[in-house]
Amino acid sequence: MISMIGKSIRRWWAVFLLPTLVAFLIGFLIPFVMGIYLSFTRFTTVTDAHWVGLSNYSGLLADREFQHSLVFTVLFTIVTTLVVNVAGFFVAYMFTKAMKGANLFRAVFFMPNLIGGIILGYVWQLLLNGVFGHWGRSLTYSGTYGFWGLVILMCWQQIGYMMVIYIAGMQSLPDDVMEAASVDGASPRQILFRITIPLMMPSITVCTFLTVTNGFKLFDQNLALTNGAPSNTSEMLALNIYRTFYGRTGYEGVGQAKAVIFFLIVAVVALIQNKLTTSKEVAA
Amino acid sequence: MKREQLRHGWLWTAIFSALSLLWIFPIVLVVINSFKNKIYISQSTFSLPNSTTFVGFQNYARGIRRTNLLASFGWTVVVTVGAVALILVCTSMCAWWIVRVRNLPSRIAYLLFLFSMIVPFQMVMFPLSKIADMLGLNTPWGLWILYLGFGCGMCVFMFTGVIKSLPMDIEEAAMIDGASVPRTFFTIVVPMMKPSLVSVAILETMWIWNDFLLPYLTLDMRRYKTASIAIQYLKGGYGAVDMGAMMGCLVLTIIPIVVFYLFCQKYIIAGVTAGAVKG
Repeated sequence: MISMIGKSIRRWWAVFLLPTLVAFLIGFLIPFVMGIYLSFTRFTTVTDAHWVGLSNYSGLLADREFQHSLVFTVLFTIVTTLVVNVAGFFVAYMFTKAMKGANLFRAVFFMPNLIGGIILGYVWQLLLNGVFGHWGRSLTYSGTYGFWGLVILMCWQQIGYMMVIYIAGMQSLPDDVMEAASVDGASPRQILFRITIPLMMPSITVCTFLTVTNGFKLFDQNLALTNGAPSNTSEMLALNIYRTFYGRTGYEGVGQAKAVIFFLIVAVVALIQNKLTTSKEVAA
Repeated sequence: MKREQLRHGWLWTAIFSALSLLWIFPIVLVVINSFKNKIYISQSTFSLPNSTTFVGFQNYARGIRRTNLLASFGWTVVVTVGAVALILVCTSMCAWWIVRVRNLPSRIAYLLFLFSMIVPFQMVMFPLSKIADMLGLNTPWGLWILYLGFGCGMCVFMFTGVIKSLPMDIEEAAMIDGASVPRTFFTIVVPMMKPSLVSVAILETMWIWNDFLLPYLTLDMRRYKTASIAIQYLKGGYGAVDMGAMMGCLVLTIIPIVVFYLFCQKYIIAGVTAGAVKG
């Protein structure tokens, strides 16, 4: 069905649709399609590509650093998703009751999100190296140090962001359900686990989705905080792909193949995660 | 319920005060160290500056000189303001067209926009940077187009959600009264979309202002650097880093953000919330 005004609007496609569409072609669609094609080729400048089939992909099976960065990223994502969401939910839950200074605390917790990842990386590099310096070590002592350094940084940054989303979710919860439950004699603990959390599943879906994708795609903080040191053991997927492209010539095809794998992982994880938590959503 | 039951005691205020102090400590530490001589920063990170280590604003002056930070700020503003403005105008128009014209091309375009939201930047970065070079988009105004192209998915998605909830009769009435299509959009639809325009503007500003990799790969580095790029350049390769200049630059990049935050906190929080509900 097309409405009357739809017909008159349709004739204006060159003004309304075209600018975005052209930019979309340049900024996304053409690079995306080229990216898939280039992952099956060997090239250095995209114009000199020649077909090599699956060899870029098969090489990844033997690429220890790529596999290490994959495991590192998965572990990192699991840890940060858990910590950030539990802590963010807890802080939001505390702020649903009146508390002196709650507005100030909320503002402080959210603040790191406005600062760029590169800057945050160097801020935490100073702090963590200062702490490790007491034992004569530094952030680049081993990959484990880098891992926990990144975890701390990301938790510090993202707890405030998720807190804001959880607070909005809690404010829109129906009061009468809570009151009915407490009149019926439910303990605060029962209300939290049996009512609040199930009703909050939409917010939890959004927040876990954001933390999972942020974890997988993390680049700036990784580059600034450790840059993969020592010897690429604190390197995450996005940084590994970047280094494959720009670290040395002749490996651009391999880098593009890694990027395709990376895209597939992000897409599949996002879809599965979305299905899982959406299925737990209930209506009040 | 009695009101007292809905209030936390002083204990929690004390706990959260301590947590808040802990939260801003990393930033405060950078501010403290920005006044120390560079050789003392790594050695005694946690001590306050004293008469031997205090250097006043030398770190700031050296940081600005070495990175040309003020020019980088200018370019960051040019890139961010231009890109956000272009994104708001183009994607809101595009979203309205997609919602009101329901035919096959509009559906395909919508699905492609949706799809682009889950694709990480690394997937397109290499071809994108080459295309940007070929088309001469390696300038701040070229970046406006690239940001529109790579970022339009989420904006179109959010705006279509809002427009679907707007009543079509008002637009119909305006057109029957003789308003042209652009006039209907800009005088009838845009005012009704205002809250979502503010939200999207906030989200896109936060993204583009802080973005590092896209400008780093596409901009002509000899002429334009954004603030994040200037700081990354200060770090350089694996050589010794001028920690003093670094601290000064970090503080200088954080200050405008904090000022912006103080003035726009309400809108920022609302923008983040709206983005989460839709996304």
